[in-house]
Amino acid sequence: MAIFLFFLLSIICVGSILGMIISKNQAYCALFLVLAFACLGGLFGLLGAPFMAVVQIIIYAGAIMVLFIFVIMMINLREGISREKKKWTIALSVVLALVLFIELVFAAKGAAALGSGPEGSVSPGEIGRLLFTKYLYPFEITSILIIAALVGAIVLVKKREKE
Amino acid sequence: MIPSSYFFILSIILFVLGIIAFFIKRDLITQFMAVEIMLNAANLAFIALAKSHHFVDAQVIVFFIITVAAAEAAIGLAIILLIFRQKKSIKSQDISSMKG
Repeated sequence: MAIFLFFLLSIICVGSILGMIISKNQAYCALFLVLAFACLGGLFGLLGAPFMAVVQIIIYAGAIMVLFIFVIMMINLREGISREKKKWTIALSVVLALVLFIELVFAAKGAAALGSGPEGSVSPGEIGRLLFTKYLYPFEITSILIIAALVGAIVLVKKREKE
Repeated sequence: MIPSSYFFILSIILFVLGIIAFFIKRDLITQFMAVEIMLNAANLAFIALAKSHHFVDAQVIVFFIITVAAAEAAIGLAIILLIFRQKKSIKSQDISSMKG
């Protein structure tokens, strides 16, 4: 059952990313990406990380992609992006990506050979305890980072009053 | 029981697809989305390792990655909007004014 779910979710995920590569319309790209991220949330749930699955769906598929869609609506390119590209760059990028793929597979072989530990999922309470003891300083610094990003985004996009 | 190597392979496939999307697409927003795909592939590898080694810290790291990605998306989209206001275009080849 689990393996069936894994293959279903991974096929939908890879398929929607391929659809995003093929699609010309940016809004469709964003919606394909929402689907892919939701499938990744399901995979996180399969890996025994229910908290991360929920965070993935709420923050990535919810918040970040809505931000993208807002910007796409604001930019509103009627004609879309035309395809004036050289064929050889596509071929080169695909070949180089395949080389990287083979390299990464060799690298992952070592990591996967390390063996597997005990089963079981990680409860949200365990993550919260780590977050407020061992990772307290990174957690607090992250809040400063988010405030800085918020203020920075507002300052960047704000229209100047007088030029 | 799913072997963790399956998850590694899936994560590698997603990362490579993100790179391909980054190079094939020619507008800034979709290239930015490709970066998000690569971040998610890394997250998947982290969580697969957290499972196979029972290492809870990896999930905390994924939490931080997601938070930083949210901040990065806000700033990056603000910059893209600014570029669009100045150049009336978001094609990456139109933004070459810093090229000598």
